[in-house]
Amino acid sequence: MSAWFAQHLAALRDALRRLAAAPLNSLLSLVVIGVTLTLPTAGWLAIENLRQLTGDVEGTQQISLFLALEAGRRDVAEIEARLRQERVGRWRFVSREDALKRLQAAEGMAEIIASLPHNPLPDAFVVTPADTRPESLESLAESFSRWPKVAHVQLDSAWVKRFDALLRLGRLVVLLLGVLFAGALVTITFSTIRLQILAQAAEIEVARLIGATDAFIQRPLHYFGALQGTLGGLCAALLVSAGFLMLAPAVGELARLYGTSFALRGLAAGDVVILSATGGVLGWLGARISVLMHLRQLL
Amino acid sequence: MIVAEALTKRYPEGREALRNVSFTISAGEMVLLTGHSGAGKSTLFRLLAAIERPTAGSIVINGQNLTALSRKAVPYLRRKLGLIFQDRKLLFDRTVLDNVLLPLAIVGHPPKEALRRAQAALAKVGLPNREKTFPIALSGGEQQRLAIARAVVNRPAIILADEPTANLDAGSAREILEIFVAFQQVGVTVLIATHDPVSLPIVQARTLRLDKGEMSEPGSEQALATR
Repeated sequence: MSAWFAQHLAALRDALRRLAAAPLNSLLSLVVIGVTLTLPTAGWLAIENLRQLTGDVEGTQQISLFLALEAGRRDVAEIEARLRQERVGRWRFVSREDALKRLQAAEGMAEIIASLPHNPLPDAFVVTPADTRPESLESLAESFSRWPKVAHVQLDSAWVKRFDALLRLGRLVVLLLGVLFAGALVTITFSTIRLQILAQAAEIEVARLIGATDAFIQRPLHYFGALQGTLGGLCAALLVSAGFLMLAPAVGELARLYGTSFALRGLAAGDVVILSATGGVLGWLGARISVLMHLRQLL
Repeated sequence: MIVAEALTKRYPEGREALRNVSFTISAGEMVLLTGHSGAGKSTLFRLLAAIERPTAGSIVINGQNLTALSRKAVPYLRRKLGLIFQDRKLLFDRTVLDNVLLPLAIVGHPPKEALRRAQAALAKVGLPNREKTFPIALSGGEQQRLAIARAVVNRPAIILADEPTANLDAGSAREILEIFVAFQQVGVTVLIATHDPVSLPIVQARTLRLDKGEMSEPGSEQALATR
């Protein structure tokens, strides 16, 4: 085992010893950091779920192509070939007969339909584009409208645009919250490390007098900050997951009432790793700033 | 070897703790640095340990000029010195063994090797069975031995001890001095600062005397004294 590795291992052990030395204080710090990270994480997850919801709900991001009434089988086949060639996403054909049957099935429509001299509905294609960005949807709809025998293209772009703008606003709010709470986490760690330095002043002085370098003295404090941040991140992941677990049945029930199979997405393993790593980096940063500011006063 | 030339230490408020102090200590020599309280012994100790820097003059320890030493190089110099402080500076929340392991951890010895060395150092100062004890449970003499064990565990070529027998009874003081003599006999240079050389047990050592910040015979060292 190299001296470098041994010293880092010793510093990690020292940091763990310090955490364990005051379990209640450590626990409280972890909970505070956990709550600090919970708010932006929950916000981010809520936005992601909303984004996913809009993708799942039938019709919200679909384009309907209504063909001209005189369009025949050859025209339908040509449109199908174009859709296949352009690879725009998924699509399905709704024949005018099927459309009429559906309309007849609707309550109170049977008599009205029966009184009509002929089927007034056109053949249609319902396209679910692969690229659901509002600008892409608009460009696609415009392109469809230029195709032969396409009488009308319907895209609820205003709704999609509004929702997208809302999501972007949500993301911005979450980002600002994230920055704010990241600052809070750095401040919490800064303060904790300051107290650690004051409590360990005698030990730091002795170590310095018998040949400890700045790195040797700072290393356990850096580890302490990073460890506290990482554990705080795990605590946040636990809180967020618990909250989403509690919300999931109610959201699922609501989704069923709207005829969708939407399920609330919680934190994935990768998200937990990112959250803990973020906490660790922010904790290390707080420790680093505190060490630079306070250790120099002691030495 | 320690060579001090024309050392002067003046504090910002104007007080001059040392004035034009020069001396040479050869390798393997034992030297007593004597003088009344306030004579400048502790200041000289701090200059030799690179805790403070002289206002003027130079100190060369084993060829290394302390006055030209960068801040980053200071810890590496201190690792070559065995420093024993008047207030011992033990860590009371750590066991005896952990106190002695600290300098080894600083240098980065592998755990097994560090443990072996720490146990050997504790055996050398007569504390072989107190590893798990906390310093608070030790007597004054034992605490001083622990301080010595910590100072020598990295096998320094020079030991600097500031009032190592202060507040100890005659028996304990003699035992501490015997430990220093044992180290000197294997070639370690030992400098002991004391305000009361008369109370020290008989030891063969050269004496340097400080008086109000000056060597009592400026420019020369006191003759070898057998006490």
